[in-house]
Amino acid sequence: MNALAANHLGRRKRTDLVFRVLAAASAVMVLLALLLILGTILWKSVPALSLSMLTRTPKGGFYLGREGGILNAIVGSVYLALGATALALLLSLPVVLYLNVYKGRTSKTAVWTRFFLDVLWGVPSIVIGAFGFVIMLALGLRASLLAGILTVALLEFPIMSRAIDEVMRLVPRELKDASASLGATRFETAVKVLVRQTAPGILTGVLLAMGRGIGDAASVLFTAGFTDRVPGSLADPAATLPLAIFFQLGTPFPEVQERAYASAAILTLIILVISLAARAMNRKVNRHVVK
Amino acid sequence: MRLLKDALARRAMAVIAALPGLLVLFIVIGLFLRSKAILGVEPLSRFLFSSAWSPMKGEFGLLPFIAGTMWVTLTALALAVPVSILTAIYLSEYAPRWARRAAQPVIDLLAGLPSVVYGAWGVILVVPFVGNVLAPLAGVYSSGYSILAGGIILAIMTFPTIIHVTLEVFASVPRALREASLSLGATKWETTRHVVLRKGAQGILAASVLGFSRALGETMAVLMVVGNVPSVPRSLFDPGYPLPALIANNYGEMMSIPRYDAALMMAALVLMLIVLAFNVLARGILIRVERKVR
Repeated sequence: MNALAANHLGRRKRTDLVFRVLAAASAVMVLLALLLILGTILWKSVPALSLSMLTRTPKGGFYLGREGGILNAIVGSVYLALGATALALLLSLPVVLYLNVYKGRTSKTAVWTRFFLDVLWGVPSIVIGAFGFVIMLALGLRASLLAGILTVALLEFPIMSRAIDEVMRLVPRELKDASASLGATRFETAVKVLVRQTAPGILTGVLLAMGRGIGDAASVLFTAGFTDRVPGSLADPAATLPLAIFFQLGTPFPEVQERAYASAAILTLIILVISLAARAMNRKVNRHVVK
Repeated sequence: MRLLKDALARRAMAVIAALPGLLVLFIVIGLFLRSKAILGVEPLSRFLFSSAWSPMKGEFGLLPFIAGTMWVTLTALALAVPVSILTAIYLSEYAPRWARRAAQPVIDLLAGLPSVVYGAWGVILVVPFVGNVLAPLAGVYSSGYSILAGGIILAIMTFPTIIHVTLEVFASVPRALREASLSLGATKWETTRHVVLRKGAQGILAASVLGFSRALGETMAVLMVVGNVPSVPRSLFDPGYPLPALIANNYGEMMSIPRYDAALMMAALVLMLIVLAFNVLARGILIRVERKVR
């Protein structure tokens, strides 16, 4: 009897061990996937990575393997991401403040708005791109930096809103009440208390959305156009890094493909820097935060 | 004066707050208006279920593309769901605190990597791996540009979504329940299986559905490795041609062939509606789970 019980317990412990190992192995696999991706991209990029890649625009025959760099795409992507992020912030902040200052936590408006933001977040970027194209035609625009900015702003808007909303929801009620009891209107509470209190969180949300915006290719495919020159105005078409990678990889020449890997490494580094900055900011910019 | 400002701000913000809902509506309407032209010519059923695709002859059957999308997405999900849930179990139940903290940036980074980078990686590593290692093992020939390659990459791209949501669901299971189970002599795994997984079942389903709809719409990474042959795939090693890839690949020439642009916009609309349905489903479940916990 005792032996049977012991045997049974042994089997249960073995099952436990099996699943512990299986679960740990899965976690390690996820980590390895990330390391493998980063490692492969960096390693493959070494032969083509050079300073002239960063500082020159494509010269004649660049896509056949001749001279030049991808300055046009880097600058285009930066312009595009900055413009789109600014525009998205202009939309996100009012929405989030409205939900958190004027509307109660569980009001119908708040629940539905959050729901639609989540749904909007789930819309594939190629569909956003197609919609941007529809808007572009409706407004009579051509494929340009402006059209790209509008489209990418649409992509970033739900990401940024939800990220900022998550931190604003954590602001304690008492803080809002204290502000109100001093005679501040709700608008003043929103701007002077909530925004300051959540400044680090807002910045993190902004950077998060910008990282998404700068890396997305499908949404700008229809709308931003592509050119070998650095865009000079909002009406010019603009090259973007993700598309530059895509087009270079699509050519049959090994030299050009190597440059695609180098471009991918540059894009990955930009994303890494942005996401590290987001983490660092989160800790640093909390001067005004009441604990 | 200050009150006036407050009232004005309130109005303005209320208008902007209506934007998310309106945008979803506008996207559907906008795409529908642009794709209307094709509906007058062909019945919807022919459009959705015909596999004849030759824009030059005016034949726009979306079946190969819908089938391609389903093959790639289901392959990805079959790979991603078990790994993601086991990872979430490890992180929430077994892992020491440092591992849990170290996992966060890894997941964020996986979610933040641009899809072209995944695609480029796929071309370098996954495509040759499928073509030279897996296909011979399975005894078939494949160039490597296949459903399986797309599925593997998509699986990695959906890890963060599923892991993140599942972790949140697990975190919402009360500690006391786990401790009650452990104190009755259950092992860690038994507690996980009978308490955490049972309590979180709906949430896990929602996480998988979210992962599914994320994978469904992914464009560039899949486009780069899946082969893009417009026929209904028969095996994992066949090339496929998912809907998003179709839209992305043909944007250049769509204005020059009659009704082509309407057909592509219709493809975008179909994609939008499928994703919308799955998203609404998943969010609905999650809201219910959240309410039950409270």
